[in-house]
Amino acid sequence: MKERPFVEIDRVWMRYNGSGGTLALRNASLSVEREEFVAVVGPSGCGKSTLMRLVTGLWPASSGSVIVAGKEVDRPLSIAGMAFQNPTLLPWRSILNNVMLPFEVVEPHAGRLRRDRASYEKQCHELLELVGLKGFEAKNPWQLSGGMQQRASLCRALVHQPQLLMLDEPFAALDVFTREDLWGVLQNLWMVRKPTVILVTHDLREAAFLADRILVMTSRPGRIMIERKVDLPRPRTTEMTYTPYFQDLVQDLRGHIDRARQGEEMAHVN
Amino acid sequence: MSTEAVATFAGDIKAAGTDDPMQDEEFARDAAIVAAAIRRRRLMRILPWLVIAGMVMLWEVVVRVFDIPEFVLPAPSVVAQSISKWWNPIVMNAGQTLKTTLIGFLMANLLGLTLGVIVGSSTLVYHGLYPLLIAFNSIPKVAVVPILVIWFGIGTAPAIVTAFLISFFPITVNVAAGIATVEPELRDVLRALGAHPLKIVRKVGLPRAMPYYFASLKIAVTSSFLGSILAETVAGQSGIGHLMIVASSRFEVPLVFAGLVVTAAMSVTMYTIATLIETRTIGWAMRSQGDLAGGV
Repeated sequence: MKERPFVEIDRVWMRYNGSGGTLALRNASLSVEREEFVAVVGPSGCGKSTLMRLVTGLWPASSGSVIVAGKEVDRPLSIAGMAFQNPTLLPWRSILNNVMLPFEVVEPHAGRLRRDRASYEKQCHELLELVGLKGFEAKNPWQLSGGMQQRASLCRALVHQPQLLMLDEPFAALDVFTREDLWGVLQNLWMVRKPTVILVTHDLREAAFLADRILVMTSRPGRIMIERKVDLPRPRTTEMTYTPYFQDLVQDLRGHIDRARQGEEMAHVN
Repeated sequence: MSTEAVATFAGDIKAAGTDDPMQDEEFARDAAIVAAAIRRRRLMRILPWLVIAGMVMLWEVVVRVFDIPEFVLPAPSVVAQSISKWWNPIVMNAGQTLKTTLIGFLMANLLGLTLGVIVGSSTLVYHGLYPLLIAFNSIPKVAVVPILVIWFGIGTAPAIVTAFLISFFPITVNVAAGIATVEPELRDVLRALGAHPLKIVRKVGLPRAMPYYFASLKIAVTSSFLGSILAETVAGQSGIGHLMIVASSRFEVPLVFAGLVVTAAMSVTMYTIATLIETRTIGWAMRSQGDLAGGV
């Protein structure tokens, strides 16, 4: 028998502010396998971020079920790491202490922190080195550039070895060069740590570069329209983004999103 | 960069003569800019003292030129004489005032921080308690002192309580504002880690509220002096307020002014200490362009 998916979202509806509010998700279903890298793309305002907050349990769904690691999600998950569009580093902490934050909160680390501080700090140092932030541990967040802050934010999301990594447009606020740089960093982290990743993005090239599978959402109220597998070997390189396969894939996704937007308009007319 | 470092830097520029006259000229211009910056910094440091000295001189001149009688406005020199003449009682009473003020101020800190955290973390408490707090703060404290005398008797206690009452409000309101305005994403980062609400307050809310807290401390520390001296003038047996009331009833106007000067000095000192603690503990909130590490 096949192993049960790690994340299962089954016919979820999400409406904000009670019955009269905005309908963000309509009958959305998706599943993600363990250690899979999935990207969710769609037109803006299609409920991508909502989906992410549902999976981590930050918000409850209006109806339908969200199951992660075999358990119904009814409160914020402690097995998840999160990174947002803003680096959201705490300005009063050094980079190292920002990355240490999950250890101060998540059990069993929090209980052991006092005793094993040195070994935890070593883990942080290793991770920071992996993303190219060696030597910046003692700096304060505002002393780093946006891209470097985002690297630190990724480290903080990953340091406690979460089984699930939720990324909400983590590179959207960065310039193109830094962004492509960080794709490599993220791919590298994922290949080393192998968490299950759900990446929400509106950058189709980003999705195609990073993900094993891409889910395309319709516009609001959102549901999954189609999915595409990405058959590119790892580690992927920037050169691959110039291959016909990659270009066609992005073109295809682009077409689906355009149709999604038009389709919604047609639906409104009917 | 410290002034000394800038000075050596300027010296280096001057010393580094080159064969290229164009470059020399450039160096000279840089050195001039640096030197101007140093002068400006020095001026800023001594400016408050210059202003005070100027005011005192003006005061002295005005009193002498217009021949103002001593019981209306004593000249600074007369006030200074009065301070040295009454040195012992002034020190004793100032000590008393400082003690009551600090006790009241510390109590205000304890309650203000606690209440601020509670009010700031819960919208329910915020809505329930805020009108009451505002109503409470608008009560004229001078009207409360007689009640305090009925409750605690004449002496130290009413002064402490008044200092406390007058200074706890700004602390509460500011700490609450700091905690209530934590960015939702920052809260989500901790919630997604499974953090308990109390832990979120401790890890994010409190540190974030610190700049607000210190801003309120500067108001609270000076207004708590106001409170204790107010109580001393109405119902005290010692303290600077009491001293000034006794002095004015004897037409010892220079001594009244001496009391004012001493109070102002104590208040400025406390303010300075609060500022020093502030820059030490929340330097992160007061960063300037100069601290940038030339990001990559």
